[in-house]
Amino acid sequence: MSDNGFEPKIVAFLCNWCTYTGADLAGTSRIQYPPNVRIIRLMCSGSVDPTYVLKALLDGADGVLIGGCHPGDCHYQSGNYKARRRVIALKEILKQAGMEEDRVWLRWISASEGQRFADTVTQMVQYLKEKGPNPMKREWAV
Amino acid sequence: MRARIPVENQDTLAALRGFLKRLLETEAVEAVLVPMETPAGAVTPALVADPALLDAADPLAPVLGLNAARVVGPVTVREPRGRVAAVLRPCEYRALVELVKLQQASLEDLVTVVVDCPGTYTVPDYQKMRANGGVDRAALLAGMRTGDLAPQSGYSFRDACGMCENFAAVAGDIRVELFGADLSAGIPVVLPDDLAGHLGLEAAPEDGRRAEVVDKVTRSRVQARDAVFAEIRGRLEKEGVEGVFAACVRCHNCMTVCPICYCKTCLFKSPVMEHEPMQYMAWARRKGAYRLPADTMLFHLTRLNHMVLSCIGCGLCTDACPADLPVGRVFRAVGQQLQAVFDYVPGRSVEEPLPLITFREDEWSHVGEER
Repeated sequence: MSDNGFEPKIVAFLCNWCTYTGADLAGTSRIQYPPNVRIIRLMCSGSVDPTYVLKALLDGADGVLIGGCHPGDCHYQSGNYKARRRVIALKEILKQAGMEEDRVWLRWISASEGQRFADTVTQMVQYLKEKGPNPMKREWAV
Repeated sequence: MRARIPVENQDTLAALRGFLKRLLETEAVEAVLVPMETPAGAVTPALVADPALLDAADPLAPVLGLNAARVVGPVTVREPRGRVAAVLRPCEYRALVELVKLQQASLEDLVTVVVDCPGTYTVPDYQKMRANGGVDRAALLAGMRTGDLAPQSGYSFRDACGMCENFAAVAGDIRVELFGADLSAGIPVVLPDDLAGHLGLEAAPEDGRRAEVVDKVTRSRVQARDAVFAEIRGRLEKEGVEGVFAACVRCHNCMTVCPICYCKTCLFKSPVMEHEPMQYMAWARRKGAYRLPADTMLFHLTRLNHMVLSCIGCGLCTDACPADLPVGRVFRAVGQQLQAVFDYVPGRSVEEPLPLITFREDEWSHVGEER
């Protein structure tokens, strides 16, 4: 599907210390990126319960972005390493359950990577536009 | 060491009861947690302190209504506690290992007695058998000797038992090895040397038939399991989780009976899941209609995420489902794939950390770095 007016909605769970600050830097640096992302700030990518991601997907979000500090940089030492395992498990479960695991993206984006944040959102919006809307948008019986 | 519990008059059950009594009478333990037959004829775990009452112990009753690991937890989880022997089926022992890792039970001051399992019936089937001519235990024991295990005519084993490949006692402090054994010559048992000495049991040679019989049963169970996995994976692929669980009524029975789901306040029973009336209106308007109770698939997908790595396959969820959904089949099939990703076998060892609370810095290092 090409871009026929479909604007994907992305729910982003960003860690306070790196990716949220990186998003902030993108803003203060006036780097342009698509406005399709709704940001939810958490203290750590390690505090993203898979339920949050699943709730967003089942309610029709077209994509979920989880942003955390690069490995080795976690403010709490190991939250991002645990997030990594959790996301790998979540994506495998989505695959097994017949759902689209490629709507979930995990990216390490540091506080200084405003440009990387903007690039990631741009890429994700483009990917989701090509992929099309989340079928769960119309699925009332879940 | 390997020994034999002496058997008199071909009475295996009496010999096992005698063994448990010896544990109490010699003060090896202060109480035995074992399935007991109640005066009304039901089978339930009980913590038995009086050896005389062990005449009602029924560790061979082929019925599973709850996973006893759930009740071992409260008896062991903190000090002070008694020294207890817990008689468990292999699936109950595996659940206990997971609960220990989840800090809901402890192996301290606990002697686990794991008994080979031929398969079990649901509680309603077991009650029906008792009412209609009885449960043929001799046939089950004979089947364990040869490896030709079949449920009683007119009945089937519990869904999970029919595809259970981990039915043999391979871990635990004391292992009661019924497979392949000529029980008239005594019940083969593996136990620590000092305990054997304490109980006055002498070393006995290994029965050569066990490995062969366990292997035979394993092969047929794996075949049954793989057929079930293929069927359920096909359904998940075609219908999705929302198709397979479509008839769910959100009773939470699967969660309630699950030995691994230990949270005192489940997210799905918490105020997090209570919304303002207008929130439901907003959802209904957004999708045109909104299934109620809300978040039914979220419940199943969350439960998969929270506990499938620890799913030991007891299948009580399937038995408890009022809508006859293949809950346990889905959890086992998804669990097998996910456990393979993390190279994790639930219930194998308390030394293996739970996959989601541990990590290695150098694993999956490409994830999150995509440009």
